[in-house]
Amino acid sequence: MLTIKNLRVSVEGMEILKGINLSIKPGEIHAIMGPNGSGKSTLGNVLAGKEDYEVTEGEIDFMGEDLLELAPEDRARKGLFLSFQYPVEIPGVPMVNFLKTSVNEHRKFKGLEPLTASEFLKLMREKKDMLHLESQLTNRSVNEGFSGGEKKKNEIFQMAMLEPKLAILDETDSGLDIDALKIVAEGVNALRDPQRSVIVITHYQRLLDYIIPDFVHVLYKGRIVKSAGKELAMELEEKGYDWIKNEAV
Amino acid sequence: MSQTAINNKTAVSEKYVELFHANKSLLDEGSSPLFNRMREIAVRRFEQTGIPGFKNENYKYTNLQPVFDKAYRPAVQYRNPEIDLNKVFHCDVPLLDTYTILLVNGWYYEENQKPQGLPAGTAVGSIRKIANEEPELVQNWLNRLAGLSNDPLVALNTAFAQDGFFLHVPDGVVLEKPIQVINLLSAKESLFATQRNLIIIGEHSQAKVIFCDHTWDACDLLSNSVTEIFVGSDSVFDFYVIQNQNNQANSVNSAFVKQEANSNLLTCIATLHGGMIRNNLNININGEHAEAHLFGMSFTDKKQHIDNFTNVEHNKPNCMSNQLYKNVLDEDSVGAFAGRIHVARDAQKTNAFQRNNNVLLTDKAKMHTKPQLIIDADDVKCSHGATVGQIDEDALFYLRARGIAEADARLMLMNAFAHEVIQEIRIEPLRDRIDELVEKRLRGELARCHSCDKN
Repeated sequence: MLTIKNLRVSVEGMEILKGINLSIKPGEIHAIMGPNGSGKSTLGNVLAGKEDYEVTEGEIDFMGEDLLELAPEDRARKGLFLSFQYPVEIPGVPMVNFLKTSVNEHRKFKGLEPLTASEFLKLMREKKDMLHLESQLTNRSVNEGFSGGEKKKNEIFQMAMLEPKLAILDETDSGLDIDALKIVAEGVNALRDPQRSVIVITHYQRLLDYIIPDFVHVLYKGRIVKSAGKELAMELEEKGYDWIKNEAV
Repeated sequence: MSQTAINNKTAVSEKYVELFHANKSLLDEGSSPLFNRMREIAVRRFEQTGIPGFKNENYKYTNLQPVFDKAYRPAVQYRNPEIDLNKVFHCDVPLLDTYTILLVNGWYYEENQKPQGLPAGTAVGSIRKIANEEPELVQNWLNRLAGLSNDPLVALNTAFAQDGFFLHVPDGVVLEKPIQVINLLSAKESLFATQRNLIIIGEHSQAKVIFCDHTWDACDLLSNSVTEIFVGSDSVFDFYVIQNQNNQANSVNSAFVKQEANSNLLTCIATLHGGMIRNNLNININGEHAEAHLFGMSFTDKKQHIDNFTNVEHNKPNCMSNQLYKNVLDEDSVGAFAGRIHVARDAQKTNAFQRNNNVLLTDKAKMHTKPQLIIDADDVKCSHGATVGQIDEDALFYLRARGIAEADARLMLMNAFAHEVIQEIRIEPLRDRIDELVEKRLRGELARCHSCDKN
C-alpha cells in the first residue's frame, strides 16, 4: 500500500523529518505517536501533498506510484485521505456543494458516472446517521462556525463519503470529549476493511483504546525510534516519552 | 506635481470649458429652461477646480487626466443608432420580467417601446421630454442633491446635461416589475457622453431599477453620468448597476440618494468589464428609522481601474447603514475603495457599518482602501474593516486534498468570496444571472449576457 524510504523533509531550511522508513500493508492500522514537535503532523501533510514542505531525500510509493510526483488532488483521487488536525473553515462554500464536487471528482477518476442529486443525498444521509452528525451541519458552509468536535466528526464523515484506501488521521482525537471520541472511533472502525489501511497520528493512547492498531511507531526528533505492537502505546501512556528519549540518545 | 503636469491639467480642464462654450447653443436647443438655467453656473464651478487631480483627497487613487485628455466629440445631439436596439437588446434573463428602457450615449432612445401596464400616475421616460412637457414633475427635484456637491465632474455633468432616464413613482404605488435601463455607449469615433438621471419614489411606494451599462463599439469612450434619487418615507427602493462595458470605455458615475423616514434602500454595483470606472455614491439619510444597504463587487484584470467612493451622511437618529464592497483583482488591475460615514451631531443610536474585502490574484494587482468615519454623536455603533489578501492557501489545500482540482478549487473560493455580496440581491432571477456572469468572469471568459454580447 504505502512504502516510505529514508524520507527527509525540511521546512524553511530546517530539517523536520530525518530519514523515515515505514511500510504499510493493506488492512493494517499503524499508530504514530511521539512528543510535540517530533514531526508527526509534518509526515501527514507531506503524504497529502502540502506545498510548504521540501522533500530533500527519499521516496514514497503509494500503490505502485511515486506519490511525490502527484498533485494533492490526484493523491486524494487515488485513495489517500488526510483527516486534518485543524480543518479549515471556508465561508461561502456550502458543505453540500463541496462534498458533491469531491465525491464526483473521485467517481470521475474511477471512470464512474457522477451521482445524481437524489443518489448523493441518500448516500449523505446514510453516512451522517452513522456518525450521528447533526443534520443541519451539511446545510452550512464548510466547517464554518463548527465546534472543535463537529469539525473532527466532519472529517470522518468526509472519509466515510470518500471511502479512501489509506486514511491518515492527524490528531483526530485532540479536542474531542469522550462521547465524540467514541463516535469517531466507531466511524473509523465501521470502515475497516482488509483493503483499507489507516495511519493514526496521536499524542495519547486513549483513541487507541477504540481503534486498535496493529503497529505502534514512536517518532522522535524526525526519526522513528521505536516500533512495536499495540502494547507499546500502553507503555507510553504509563511512562511518558522520556524513557524513549533517553533510549534514543 | 510638476509644472508641466499642472499646465496639462489646466489645459485638459480648459478643453472641456471650451467644448462647453462651443456647443452652448446646441446644448440649450430643445432643452428645458430647467436645464439651461443651470449651465453657466455649473461650468464656472467646474472651471474653478477643473478635472480633479491627485491633490484632491477624494480622487487621490484615480488619475483622471489620461482618460479626459483625449479628443472626444461630445454627444450633444441625439443620433439614432443604425440598428434597431429593441431587437438587439432584448434581455434574455429567464424569469426576469422587466420594463426595458434603452438609452444611447446618454440620450433616450427614440424607438423605445412605451412600457405597458405601469400603475397609474407612474412616469417613466426621457428626462428631456418630461422636463419640457411636465416641468412640475422635475423642477422641485432636479439638481437639488447634485447641486450641493463640490465634485467638479458633477458640475461638468450639469453643464452638459441634456437627457437621461426619468422615473417618478407616486405615493402608495408598488411597481411589481423592475425597470431595466440599458445604458449603451455607441460611436464610431471617440465620444464624450453625459447622462442625467432623476428617480423620484413617493411615500409608501416600492420600486426596483436595474442599470445595465454596455458598449457597442470599441473606440475611446467617456461617459459622465449623474443620478439623483429621492426615496420618500416608508418606501423601498432597490438600485442595481451592472457594469459590463469594453475596456476602452471609461466612466464616472455619481449617484446621490436622499432617504426619508422609514425608507429602505439597497444599492448593488457589479463591475465585470470596463476601462477606468469611478463610482461615486452619496447617501443622505434624512429621516429616522431609515436603512441603507450598499453593496459592490468588481472583478478586474488587464489594466482595468475601478474606484468606488461612498459617502453616507447620517443626519437623523435611529438609522442604519451597512456597506459591503468586495473586489477580485487579477493581472495589472487597480482597485480603490474609499468609504466615508458621517454621523451628524444629533443622529444618536446610529448603526453604521462598513467592510471592504479584496483578493489580489497577482503581485502586480493593486488595491487602495480607505475608511473614513466622522462621528459627531456619542451614542452610536459604527465599525469598519478592510482586508487585502490572496486566496487562502490553507482553504485551497483543503479542497485539493479532497480531490478537487486546483483550478476548480480556486474558482470555488472566489465564487464563495463574491457570493456574500451576490446573495444580497433582492431580485432572484437577477441574482442567478449575476452568479452565472461572475462565475464566467472568474473563469476568464467574457462575462456578457447572451443577448447583449454582440460586440
